[in-house]
Amino acid sequence: MPEFTPGTRVRVREDFPVGHIRTPVYIRGREGVVTRKFGTFPNPETLAIGRDGLPAKALYEVRFRQADLWSDYKGGAEDTLDMDIYEHWLIKV
Amino acid sequence: MQEPAHTHDHEHDHGDHGHTPHAPPQPDEKIHSYYQVLGLALKELLIDKGIITADEVRKTIEFRDSITPATGAKIVARAWTDPVYKARLLADGSEAIHDFGLDMGGTHLVVVENTPAVHNVIVCTLCSCYPRNVLGLPPSWYKQREYRARVVREPRAVLAEFGTQLPANVEVRVHDSTADMRYLVLPMRPKGTEKMSAEQLEALITRDSMIGVSLPRDR
Repeated sequence: MPEFTPGTRVRVREDFPVGHIRTPVYIRGREGVVTRKFGTFPNPETLAIGRDGLPAKALYEVRFRQADLWSDYKGGAEDTLDMDIYEHWLIKV
Repeated sequence: MQEPAHTHDHEHDHGDHGHTPHAPPQPDEKIHSYYQVLGLALKELLIDKGIITADEVRKTIEFRDSITPATGAKIVARAWTDPVYKARLLADGSEAIHDFGLDMGGTHLVVVENTPAVHNVIVCTLCSCYPRNVLGLPPSWYKQREYRARVVREPRAVLAEFGTQLPANVEVRVHDSTADMRYLVLPMRPKGTEKMSAEQLEALITRDSMIGVSLPRDR
């Protein structure tokens, strides 16, 4: 899978598979910007069911604007939320 | 002189004065939850099968108890007083804490710095991920659904309930730790503390200021 360089605008997959998913439902389908890559880590979705987690997945920090997440957000216009998201949950916009 | 039987519950020395002993303690009314029972059963099975020992369990608990917010305060105070260390801590938190004999184990420490423009707050909406290897066990509110649900969607209201009011032009940045990273907030060093030593500064650095729901003490 190609790398997402910092600054890349991404959307989180809007998908609802069964299992141990580390991508919270509230962020699925939302758009943000990649701020850094943390490295590659065993996939928690397969680790959780007794497998080896391989192939390892790249883990990114993605920054979202709070105003894009909550239509009724009351706070600073610049307020943000950072989340760690594995590559297979991200789609380049 | 015979003392009257008494029902108050103050602490006093039960020496050899000859009054009727207090009533025996009431049985513990606490009922274990399903998962507590499951955990206890698993522990007992592992011990019975010789996979772990009770001594190892106790030692692990002692090790966990030895890490407290004072541990994190030492890291922050060093960063406040040593610019080279601060740069290392922000670049690779997991590596920098080795200086204090600490290790993140299977997770990674990401230190996020508060500045005049950005205030960071930590949460784990999915469970209760917390930088236990530098702050110890999380406070109970950190694990509760109310904090976890609200701090991502109304962080300023939650901060206000902790007594923390931030100017509107400060960006509040919530970190939802969903994966292998554990977050520690590096608070801003309070004004007027320029002459304080790292040891004196440690007393200003509270647990909540390293989670990001409050600011460090200023004196």
